[in-house]
Amino acid sequence: MINYIVRRIGYGVLILIGVNLFTFMLFFTVNTPDDMARMNIGGKRVTQDAIEKWKVERGYNKPLLWNADKPGIAKLTDTIFYERSVQLFAFRFGASDSGRDIGHELRERVGPSIALAIPTFLLGIFVVIVFSLLMVFFRNTYLEFWGVTFAVFLLSISGLFYIIVGQFFFSKTLKLVPISGFSGGWDLFVFLALPIVIGIVSRLGGEALFYRTMFLEEVGKDYVRTARSKGLSENVVLFRHVLRNALLPILTSTVAVLPLLFLGALIMESFFGIPGLGSYTIDAINAQDFAVVRSMVFVGSALYIVGLILTDISYTVADPRIRLS
Amino acid sequence: MPKLVFLATDLALYGLVAVIAFYIWHALRTPTLRQTWRSVLHDAAAMSAGVVLMLFLVIAMLDSFHFRPLLPAAPGAAADAAPAYSTRTLSVLDALLAGPRESREKTYSVPLGTHQYSKESMLVDGKSVRDFPRLQFGGAHLKDPAGEWRGDVITRSLTGLLGGALTAAALWLVVAALRARSAKTGVGTSLRAIWNRTTEVPWRAMLLTATVIALFAGWVAALWPYYHVFGTDQTGNDVLFQAIKSIRTAVVIGSLATIATLPFAIVFGILAGYYKGRVDDGIQYVYTVLSSIPSVLLIAAFVLMIQVFIDKNPQLFDTGLERADIRLFLLAAILGITGWAGLARLLRAETLKLGELDYVQAARAFGVSDAGIMRRHILPNVTHIVVIVAVLDFSGLVLYEAVLSYVGVGVDPTTNSFGTMINSARNEMSRDPIVYWTLLAAFAFMVTLVLSMTLFASAVREAFDPRARAFRVRRAKPGPATPAVPAVIVPAAGT
Repeated sequence: MINYIVRRIGYGVLILIGVNLFTFMLFFTVNTPDDMARMNIGGKRVTQDAIEKWKVERGYNKPLLWNADKPGIAKLTDTIFYERSVQLFAFRFGASDSGRDIGHELRERVGPSIALAIPTFLLGIFVVIVFSLLMVFFRNTYLEFWGVTFAVFLLSISGLFYIIVGQFFFSKTLKLVPISGFSGGWDLFVFLALPIVIGIVSRLGGEALFYRTMFLEEVGKDYVRTARSKGLSENVVLFRHVLRNALLPILTSTVAVLPLLFLGALIMESFFGIPGLGSYTIDAINAQDFAVVRSMVFVGSALYIVGLILTDISYTVADPRIRLS
Repeated sequence: MPKLVFLATDLALYGLVAVIAFYIWHALRTPTLRQTWRSVLHDAAAMSAGVVLMLFLVIAMLDSFHFRPLLPAAPGAAADAAPAYSTRTLSVLDALLAGPRESREKTYSVPLGTHQYSKESMLVDGKSVRDFPRLQFGGAHLKDPAGEWRGDVITRSLTGLLGGALTAAALWLVVAALRARSAKTGVGTSLRAIWNRTTEVPWRAMLLTATVIALFAGWVAALWPYYHVFGTDQTGNDVLFQAIKSIRTAVVIGSLATIATLPFAIVFGILAGYYKGRVDDGIQYVYTVLSSIPSVLLIAAFVLMIQVFIDKNPQLFDTGLERADIRLFLLAAILGITGWAGLARLLRAETLKLGELDYVQAARAFGVSDAGIMRRHILPNVTHIVVIVAVLDFSGLVLYEAVLSYVGVGVDPTTNSFGTMINSARNEMSRDPIVYWTLLAAFAFMVTLVLSMTLFASAVREAFDPRARAFRVRRAKPGPATPAVPAVIVPAAGT
């Protein structure tokens, strides 16, 4: 088991190296630092001096991979690749293109992201399970038909509509919650209520349909027939037997997304003015701050890999029949 | 003679239509495929959705034949001077809808409005007054808007609806007559069969959908020449026209991005599953790397790169439309490059299974080459997965485009798309008094498109994947098969 996990982590590091090389190639060789400078300073007529100055300020004037002018080990370390890419593995992100420390920003912003993402995630799972279990409970009736129709309809609406209409209806017309913003203490609930509800609704359709098929798959199994033939009521069969057994695959499949919760909800955060990592990313994309985008790519894939490893482990914990080797 | 322009996405769409046509021809010749598709043909919801999708596809294709109109010769120019073409590239759809496209107001106006939505200083009888000015085009034929407007809109709506109803009635009769001819019965019997749903193909559901479309189209056709049916946006452009133009963008993104994933997914998925070992490890490594990067970031990174390329090489593009189009094309390609991992994983698993089957072993024993086995024995047996995933992905991509446009890495801001429409609607909803019609139009069109595709896709999946059929909603007794689609179009028609 330990052996397996160590190997998985090794593979994860290998993947991260791949991600790193790939982003480095994309950001520095497909596109030269000169192009970045030109885009960042903006405007058509940018002098070469201004570009050089911009590059020196951010350390992009160094050679990409090999600095022949430096002695000894500095030949390798005094390069863009070492300073910008290799350092990421030590979680030293350096400064963003606008000059602020990325690591500091990330630590500041992780809190609000989690404050939004975790309640959305937990409540979301609860609501989806209740909704899909009810559909299974009322299967082969009109209720199920309309439940599925409703879910398909929800699925066909862009998440942006929920946000725009929700903000208009609950914040502007009814004035129940503020339109956007963030603060600590008790106010947190007021600010987060609407984004959480919308986050749940926008995922409800697709996930409810998916969970429904999972439950239906369980309902067809032998142990359910046995339970019924023992004379247990449909309620007990569904909520005690089916739910418990279907929860295992559901939980193991959600473990994979747990680490990604740290990244926050991109769209939700920026619409509701929550100073989390999602809005940070979107701001960086809009400001064409390549240093931040690169760091977020790294953090995001690192979290994804952690999720993959956790999934493998959770399989063995949930189902003792699976042995990892 | 106007100068024909072939944009990159135009050519891709022609290619797509050719591929679909080829697939249909192929499916017709293959008995098993014909049998599978027959179950889609007999699904009421899927066929109603199909009617809507056909309409959208026709609109998208009309919008994909581009040309640059010939400008009238300059006065005093030599007779043999080179002809000058307009710098604006138009499509056939633009030409057909020239009226609404060119009737441009100054700024916002409400749906079917006669007056501007904001006050302006005007000179009335020599005095300066601040009031809502009349629109230049919307309701311009009315002398006294306050008194005549209601009557005029009602008469025109009724005329339009009547026209739509007549067209629909004609359609019912034509279908009934055609059926009667092949079945050698009377038209009346045929009509009754359609209405009682005793036909194999769900004609009633399809015709009801077509009726709703005809009524809506008739209503629009009667009012559009005189009013802005969905109002105008901030710069005074007709919102309904924009929504119709957005259809092509959505279709391009949805279909081209799906097509772009196929080569990577099919080649890598089958290679990994067939050769196993080192090849498999390598391919798995590549797609794990790609799928471990959050997709929005990966797409953003690519789009920022192509934007630099486009900005650096302005000489490559003759007109603004061509520049915007190459961005749309590349965006679809990027969505394909970043999105093939999921399908490749499925194909790899299926190939692993197929590789162990007897007929593949037999082929190998007969000395068929590896390439031959993959092409002749594996590929045809995994196409059902490709078809399922391709239709399922379409709706997701259309929705994704809106998100990407919001993040700022979607289509060019000058391209009409549902994403750009929703984006502008954000500020309009917080404006006072609010402007709701852009959002409403985008919503109505987008939901209709995505919902139709979802319904169609789920029927296709049920047809190709026997396991999915087990999860189908079964009702205790066969209820009225009113398809879900017309129920969705109704709110759009009622506005």
